[in-house]
Amino acid sequence: MSLLEIENLRVTFPTPKGNIDVVRGISFNLDRERLGIVGESGSGKSMTGRAILKLIRAPGRVSADTFRFDGIDLRNQSEKAMRSIRGARISMVMQDPKFSLNPVMTVGEQIAEALQTHKRLPRREIRNRVHTMLEAVRIADPERVATLYPHEISGGMGQRVMIAMMLIPEPDLLIADEPTSALDVSVQAQVLDIIDEQVKRKGMGLIFISHDLNLVSSYCDRILVMNSGTIVEECNAGDLRNATHPYTRGLIAAIPQLNETRDELPVLDRSTWVAK
Amino acid sequence: MIALSLQNLDIFYGETQITHNINVEIKEGESFALVGESGSGKSTVLKAIAGLAPEWSGSISAFGQPRSHNIDQQFAKHCQMVFQDPYGSLHPRKTVDATLSEPLAIHGVSNQNGRVEDILVAVGLDRKFRFRYPHQLSGGQRQRVAIARALMLEPKLLLLDEPTSALDVSVQAEILNLLKRLRREQNLTFLMVTHNLPVVSFLCDRLAVMRHGRIVEIADVAELKRGALKEPYSRELMDISSAHAG
Amino acid sequence: MANVRSWLIDDSPSSRLQARLGRAYRISGALSRNPLAAIGAVIILILILTAIFAPWIATHDPLKQDLTQRLLRPSGINWMGTDELGRDIWSRVVYGARITLVIVVLVAVLAAPAGLVIGAVAGYFGGWIDRILMGITDIFLSMPKLILALALVAALGPGIENAIIAIAITSWPGYARIARAETLTFKNSEFIAAIRLQGASSLRVILGHVLPLCTSSMIVRVTLDMAGIILTAAGLGFIGLGAQPPLPEWGAMIARGRSFILDQWWVATMPGFAIIIVSLGFCFLGDGLRDVLDPKSGEQR
Ligand SMILES: Nc1ncnc2c1ncn2[C@@H]1O[C@H](COP(=O)(O)OP(=O)(O)OP(=O)(O)O)[C@@H](O)[C@H]1O
Ligand SMILES: Nc1ncnc2c1ncn2[C@@H]1O[C@H](COP(=O)(O)OP(=O)(O)OP(=O)(O)O)[C@@H](O)[C@H]1O
Ligand SMILES: [Mg+2]
Ligand SMILES: [Mg+2]
Repeated sequence: MSLLEIENLRVTFPTPKGNIDVVRGISFNLDRERLGIVGESGSGKSMTGRAILKLIRAPGRVSADTFRFDGIDLRNQSEKAMRSIRGARISMVMQDPKFSLNPVMTVGEQIAEALQTHKRLPRREIRNRVHTMLEAVRIADPERVATLYPHEISGGMGQRVMIAMMLIPEPDLLIADEPTSALDVSVQAQVLDIIDEQVKRKGMGLIFISHDLNLVSSYCDRILVMNSGTIVEECNAGDLRNATHPYTRGLIAAIPQLNETRDELPVLDRSTWVAK
Repeated sequence: MIALSLQNLDIFYGETQITHNINVEIKEGESFALVGESGSGKSTVLKAIAGLAPEWSGSISAFGQPRSHNIDQQFAKHCQMVFQDPYGSLHPRKTVDATLSEPLAIHGVSNQNGRVEDILVAVGLDRKFRFRYPHQLSGGQRQRVAIARALMLEPKLLLLDEPTSALDVSVQAEILNLLKRLRREQNLTFLMVTHNLPVVSFLCDRLAVMRHGRIVEIADVAELKRGALKEPYSRELMDISSAHAG
Repeated sequence: MANVRSWLIDDSPSSRLQARLGRAYRISGALSRNPLAAIGAVIILILILTAIFAPWIATHDPLKQDLTQRLLRPSGINWMGTDELGRDIWSRVVYGARITLVIVVLVAVLAAPAGLVIGAVAGYFGGWIDRILMGITDIFLSMPKLILALALVAALGPGIENAIIAIAITSWPGYARIARAETLTFKNSEFIAAIRLQGASSLRVILGHVLPLCTSSMIVRVTLDMAGIILTAAGLGFIGLGAQPPLPEWGAMIARGRSFILDQWWVATMPGFAIIIVSLGFCFLGDGLRDVLDPKSGEQR
């Protein structure tokens, strides 16, 4: 049995002009592995992630034929039951950390809060744990950073704080929505190693949403390519370079190279694959 | 002519010293990249130049004029900043039109209507977006609006803080092409923070590598393309980048 | 009709006006889909119409006494009966809508903007400005509203104008608190930094960019508070410090009806109903507005 089984997942938003599906019937399974989701902006990557946690805000609706996490049918879980699953068993690193962090609470307090909802710990112990967490995500002076407010930390630090908070409860499934887009490659590699360690040691499943195709293809096991709410291509990570779908090829071509010589980067020509 | 010169720049937030002894000179029309470790103070340098981080010592001068520590209207005309996060840098309750007219209203510029229309064309946004709210725009469209806003006052120096890191590759390509074209057309000078070396290679002439609040190396982009950066930290960044691409 | 609608919901409006109307249309659409909010809105609308058209709706002169007609039961002629001076209660309730509306509007016009500006200034500048302003706010907040209003009215002298001033003075601190809290959450955001970078003065930033973000929570809060304001005004009227006789203010009417509550129940009950219905109307509308205007739900991503 897979950790996560999804068949025909739809996310629908009613608008004054009728319903629109932002995720249109996608199916995939996830074992205890690293699954990458790539695709252009607005293709429904984040919505897929949020749908798994049933975090789509009203009036949005989620429906699916199969929607099981570790044998639990998520479709008929109450909001209360979902709350005990969220965080503890499935956690999600949201796309914009500065939006997701509380702007009027220090970083340290927020991590401490995440620790406390998970288990009861003495004060001193919490302080130490907060500092080790920050160190683990390669923040150089945890003492100082713990006392800063979200607007006082750098973009990359915000992302690392979010990752630290989401890894605390040691979830079975981590959904990471663009978790490292503001990190330099060196810290990025180290942070990904921490996540990787939980995948290997604890058998955590990982859904890694990103627009960095190079990174996804070197870090994940399997990749889904999404476009306007559907999965257009699914492949092993190593084979991304040989992808055949024109959409995927278009994305790959748009990436600048380290020794770039083109004067202008090719952008997606939507007319070629919009078909159907 | 020197567009921007930073000398012995030490920036503080209260007690903490963030940068140490930053020295950079950027020529007019040049595109200069600031890369380096997350949290090393790259955004802070841009903020100090713009006037958002007023506690510093050393000197900052733009186009020969020394810069005061706070935001000032005159300087605003020469130098504007584009922020990293297109989701956070637009006022959620203002239409594109209101956002773009605001700088003109502040500086009492006339013909607001025409200027807004021109700038929308320049950044490649269709007229139909003019009266939309930010939540009705995609990330790439928002970033175009942010760039348009920065260009409204016709500045000569543009500070770009990771302008594409929140965008997908195809939109990133559009924005990079746009920036390149605008620089050519309007003879802009760029100071751009990024962690993406291929972007540097595409858009920039020179780069400085920062770590722990210090500049460890300044090099030509040609050296980056040849893989000939000297400092160990720069080489590390370069090697990881090329390993990904490999 | 279909054309107007599609013009309104067009997501690429071609003028400022169209963009604004479109937003208003979407909000009112969302409101009308929320049954309680719709009921609330209808009640408020009826209140407003009643106040405007009071002379036509009322069946009698609200002030005309006729001692031969004292304390009559509700009937075809006196729909809600008459009071101890023989005045028609229905007509008094109808004219009372005017007073209620004036109180509500004036308090909203005086207290909400004052609270908004004080809170936004405190939150935006921080430091000692914040400490002083919030200190004053806290002093006001720490006193029970009704008692403070009582003290003020006692000092200023009874009367409807003074009651309004007293209620306004007691209600701005709550708004200041909310405005400050809202301001704190986004004063460090990049869009505010971007506007400052363009050389905007602090005044411009606060008025043009900070306040518009506080207004929707403020509208919700003010609407929800309206019930409390009406009740405070009625309370002041009840103890004789608000509207003075013979003004048909609902609270004062209840106060006079109190003496006959056991035998002539309608004298106190009818204006009581009016107060309850209008208060509920504001509560429903406020709740609905919260769902629609709250940036975290509704129209945003
Ligand atoms: N409340 C809503 N009402 C209607 N449509 C919505 C709503 N929220 C999101 N959408 C639409 O859902 C689609 C998918 O959005 P999603 O956030 O999943 O994109 P994404 O793939 O994560 O893109 P990005 O790379 O920019 O984060 C978008 O086209 C968006 O416009
Ligand atoms: N307002 C502030 N108050 C106190 N410290 C701050 C403030 N803003 C930034 N810092 C600190 O300054 C340091 C540098 O931050 P900065 O945002 O310049 O980093 P960066 O190089 O841009 O990193 P990234 O690539 O992650 O964005 C960080 O340690 C951060 O905690
Ligand atoms: Mg997303
Ligand atoms: Mg930064």
